[in-house]
Amino acid sequence: MISDATKARFDREVAKFPADQKQSAVMACLAIVQQELGWVSPESEQAVASHLGMAPMAVHEVTTFYNMYNQKPLGKYKLNVCTNLPCQLRGGAKAMAHLERTLGIHAGQTTPDGLITLQPSECQGACADAPVLLVNDRTMCSFMSNDKLDQLIEGLRSAEGAL
Amino acid sequence: MNVHQLLSQFQATGLESSFHGRHIAPQIMADLNGANWGLEDYVARGGYAALRKILGQDGGEGLTQDQVIATVKESGLRGRGGAGFPTGLKWSFMPRQFPGQKYLVCNSDEGEPGTCKDRDIMQFNPHAVIEGMAIAAFAMGINVGYNYIHGEIFQTYERFEEALEQARAAGFLGQAIMGSSFNFQLHASHGFGAYICGEETALLESLEGKKGQPRFKPPFPASFGLYGKPTTINNTETFAAVPWIIRNGGAAYLACGKPNNGGTKIFSISGDVERPGNYEIPMGTPFSKLLELAGGVRTGRQLKAVIPGGSSAPVLPASVMMDITMDYDSIAKAGSMLGSGAVIVMDDSRCMVKALQRLSYFYSHESCGQCTPCREGTGWLWRMVDRIENGHGRASDLDMLDSVAGDIMGRTICALGDAAAMPVRGMLKHFRDEFVYHVEHKTCVVGAYV
Repeated sequence: MISDATKARFDREVAKFPADQKQSAVMACLAIVQQELGWVSPESEQAVASHLGMAPMAVHEVTTFYNMYNQKPLGKYKLNVCTNLPCQLRGGAKAMAHLERTLGIHAGQTTPDGLITLQPSECQGACADAPVLLVNDRTMCSFMSNDKLDQLIEGLRSAEGAL
Repeated sequence: MNVHQLLSQFQATGLESSFHGRHIAPQIMADLNGANWGLEDYVARGGYAALRKILGQDGGEGLTQDQVIATVKESGLRGRGGAGFPTGLKWSFMPRQFPGQKYLVCNSDEGEPGTCKDRDIMQFNPHAVIEGMAIAAFAMGINVGYNYIHGEIFQTYERFEEALEQARAAGFLGQAIMGSSFNFQLHASHGFGAYICGEETALLESLEGKKGQPRFKPPFPASFGLYGKPTTINNTETFAAVPWIIRNGGAAYLACGKPNNGGTKIFSISGDVERPGNYEIPMGTPFSKLLELAGGVRTGRQLKAVIPGGSSAPVLPASVMMDITMDYDSIAKAGSMLGSGAVIVMDDSRCMVKALQRLSYFYSHESCGQCTPCREGTGWLWRMVDRIENGHGRASDLDMLDSVAGDIMGRTICALGDAAAMPVRGMLKHFRDEFVYHVEHKTCVVGAYV
């Protein structure tokens, strides 16, 4: 079930589009669901589908097509490190390797305590600020030297509250 | 410390990328400092004066739709997203008298590896995009627009939404703008991680709430666009250039570039330079000057190769680059393209096979899977380059790479197939020896990758 507060966020997106084109809000609604619940479950897809008057399969097509939707629960913090060529030239791959060592996991895995999921990503459009990484889809961290990465991981381990 | 405070320490301020004071005669980047992105500051810089002028709300007579389009044509402004199509001509294709709904779309799905200019424009000068879109909407008789923003720059999307609220509150968007009869509603929408949505018809599909798979053209968006209605799509930087052109005239814009290549262009420089960032310079500026602005090649290294227009553009060797100017025609003549203006610089410590390996993986990963030559071919290209890089290449692979690339090009619905094939052909054309060395010696000629 989605809350009234979430529905209000959905409706703010729906209002951007013509009344007979509610489906246009599906990208935003799924991103909202993911922000609130951490992933897009089949139940969430159903809820979004019924809110927008779409077939659940049409929603699922969107979830599975776009790279950033989580199709299963992940760690509390998802870190996406850009490893594309411009970033690679400025330490993107090294940043990934440093995080793998620090966290004791490989790209694509989650720390055993469920705190951090580490993933590579394609171009985030911040090539001049490399190395860059994205935390939970919405917050970009730039110029991530090894020192800053250590500071980030330490901070996430002790940080209060949620994103 | 809460997590928001923690992450705010790592946020880019634009200081390095755009506020370095190293632009030449900037228009879009002029007088920006990161703090003055809001409406009041934009107006103080002369913002919304162009919209006021065309609507006749500055005491003048206003401009007709034809006059606005003629001015943009005269300016020589060409699409800043990659294709370089003349903007005024594109606007003239819009069936202005079409009786039903028409749409204006801004393509801010900036995902071409190497490009980060649209992010800084929307982050630090969002009202230039809004005003440019309002002017375009007026010229084409459109009253609804969308700005589709790359999902990875979510904070920029939120910034743009805030700017939209400011513009609505001030009466620059909405009904009866500035007391005129012109109405224009503008909304922001976001992607969520799909390179292909930078292709304009894939973007339209995504805006409609579907998978971002490109449409076959024709029909072109001007006749069958968003929701099947006539639609004009331009890049963020293209729209941001428009207010200056209206304020100063098409001839003045053309004069600061070179013939057929009007105006300034923001180049995103990444890779092996001392000061990567965005540099706004007049079209036709020598590459050597641009490189100098970016602090030159990393200390102690020599320039080896440059990808001059985003990862889809064929690579050019240093000797060619140092002789060309940065404009559509000059780079095309050298065998590559200006594209989105993303300049990826590589020094003499770089292995071209490894560079191509990463790019080929990218195109294979981002192929939408709709057309067989691209879906199968991009994976094939990547696997071949990958095995050459890892010392398992075969002598026949080089010709096979060329053959597969050739079989993709021109055989797909959209340009992603070509974008995957062109870097392969460019690398083989200019750096074939490195690929041969990898195959024969099972190792890299450059030595350790630093």
